[in-house]
Amino acid sequence: MNTFLKSLTVGVLSMMMFAAPGFASETIKVANAGALSGDLAPYGISALRGVEMAVEDINEQGGILGKKVELMLGDDVCKPEVAVNVATKLVSDGAQMIVGHVCSGATIAANKIYKDAGIILISSSATNDDLTLTGEHPNFFRTISNDGAQATLMTDFAKNELKVKKVALIHDKGDYGKGQMELAKIAFEHMGGVEIVLFEGVTTGAMDYSAIVSKIKRSGAELVMWGGYHSDASKIIQLLKKKRVDTLFMGADGIYGDNLPNLAGEFAEGVYATGPNDTSSNPMHQALTKEHQEKYGEDPGTFFITGYTCMQALAAAAEKAGTVEYDAMRAAMFDITVDSPMGPIGFDKNGDIIGAGFSVYRVIDGKYQQVN
Amino acid sequence: MRWISILLGLSGTGAVGFFAVREIIMYPMYFFELFLGGLTRGSIYALIALGYTMVYGIIQLINFAHGEIYMIGAMTALIVATVLGMWGWNTAVIVILAFVFAIVYSCAYGFTVEKIAYKPLRNAPRLSALISAIGMSLFLQNYVMLAQTPDYLPFQSLIPDFQFWEPFAHIITSVEITIIITTVIVMILLGLLIKFTRIGKAMRATAQDKVMAALLGINVNNVISATFVVGSATAAIGGVLIACHVGQINFYIGFLAGLKAFIAAVLGGIGSIPGAVLGSLVLGISESFFTGYFWSEYEDVFAFAILVLILIFRPSGILGRHDTQKV
Repeated sequence: MNTFLKSLTVGVLSMMMFAAPGFASETIKVANAGALSGDLAPYGISALRGVEMAVEDINEQGGILGKKVELMLGDDVCKPEVAVNVATKLVSDGAQMIVGHVCSGATIAANKIYKDAGIILISSSATNDDLTLTGEHPNFFRTISNDGAQATLMTDFAKNELKVKKVALIHDKGDYGKGQMELAKIAFEHMGGVEIVLFEGVTTGAMDYSAIVSKIKRSGAELVMWGGYHSDASKIIQLLKKKRVDTLFMGADGIYGDNLPNLAGEFAEGVYATGPNDTSSNPMHQALTKEHQEKYGEDPGTFFITGYTCMQALAAAAEKAGTVEYDAMRAAMFDITVDSPMGPIGFDKNGDIIGAGFSVYRVIDGKYQQVN
Repeated sequence: MRWISILLGLSGTGAVGFFAVREIIMYPMYFFELFLGGLTRGSIYALIALGYTMVYGIIQLINFAHGEIYMIGAMTALIVATVLGMWGWNTAVIVILAFVFAIVYSCAYGFTVEKIAYKPLRNAPRLSALISAIGMSLFLQNYVMLAQTPDYLPFQSLIPDFQFWEPFAHIITSVEITIIITTVIVMILLGLLIKFTRIGKAMRATAQDKVMAALLGINVNNVISATFVVGSATAAIGGVLIACHVGQINFYIGFLAGLKAFIAAVLGGIGSIPGAVLGSLVLGISESFFTGYFWSEYEDVFAFAILVLILIFRPSGILGRHDTQKV
């Protein structure tokens, strides 16, 4: 009996000990959700490192509203069905703000949960137009321009700089890739003077793309515009070159970063991509890049800086609102100006970023370099 | 009413036929190019499908882990080629060693998988072995993902871009022609093995009647192991070749390829070796034409639609035997 009582006391005490943080709520729980594994993990991890670094900096300066930030993680492998589960788990674990998700498809799926729960979602990388322009995602913000802006830039560049007359638009059938190519199609039709000779989707992860490559060749396209991510792009680029098809290749931020040159090697040479503006002259950007290099021994990935900015924006909005409660936070998001590594940024009425945009890059000597 | 529908049917077929013929006559090179692309793809399917069909012929098991054996072949070749490349070995030696290692490793995996996952279940209900196969497939995928990496890895093509091939290279690449030739050689060797060697004879006997074969002194367990080893070897060759073709691999490539090869094997008549080859070529070429002349969006839908149609009209496949069997 005595031992039973003792163990009971120990049990109850330890339960209270573990439960204590929940009662007191001395931290602010921020969750980072996105692909942390799978073939799109390089994007998710680049963003996560940015968020982690921002959380460290914020905590060093005393946290948000005097409370330390506690970072929770969710891995959705960029799959919409997984993202919904991740979102449900994060909400039930008490996340108060979410940074993520990384891929547009996953973000759209997961935001149903966050919207119902009244939680602000801010993404460093999800660029699909529907997220901001339809008004169906009032709790959504992003620190990257939308696909519409990207499509305008891509189509302008294709017409005015590359001076192509015939383009083939190829996508991976996903929310991000197909959405982007549909926007590009509208932009081309609106501009006129460029003929769309092919508009097709391919199965992502397929064994072989030689049939679509033959089709591109027959279409006589001078430029292949790709909506999708780097792994499929790499296969198509290699086959185009191996089959001596004389076209240029251009993608969006889905193929921007070191991933594509690493994967396709010499075949990637000359590929165009749009990516977030190069802000590497900003002192804050330089300091963060240096810190990243010291910590991880490599250059930051594609969404490191935008990830950092996400966390900064959340902190600024909470400070301005004086609370993390949804309505006040949301109102504050539109009012803040964040002194970010990308320069001063804010958010427009749709939740899209003000003060940042895209540039065009080209792979030269195995690295993307700005060309416009 | 009847003659109206006949008339409609005829004119429909006629119109489609007319456009098909016109298309082929106007762009013969395009037709040829798609055909060769499909032949390449079908060859890879065939190399994998052989393993499915041989194993099924002998123990009536769909070895769902077979796609993973193909992936392991490609992974092994990548590791060997990278290491030897760093040591600065001669390219020809690297190619041969990469193929040899890939085949040996895949055979070892195929052999072991059979011993661990299927042999203990040989007299269990067939569904148990099938589930064991699916489990093995998931295990191998995740094992490679954790032991290697979840990312796509660049695969330096082991087959050089032939210089003499230049005038034809825009129709068919050097890798594609290598794939087709290698597959033909493998098929001939396999045919000889099955037709003329002792083990081939034992395989055929075991496929016909396991009990009778055992009564006549054939070691059935050895024959089954040999079947897995041969199937794994052809899959490994397929894995290395496709990696050279697309230039990148990851742990997941075996899944879709295995599934397509399985369809091809069923299409041709599972259990039949010529059937598997024929089914693979039919599937590969028709996928290629479908993408080339219609929409690549629906390529997989089309592949599965063919499967459904074949199963409705010829349940045992193109060259399958006409006895009812359950999976």
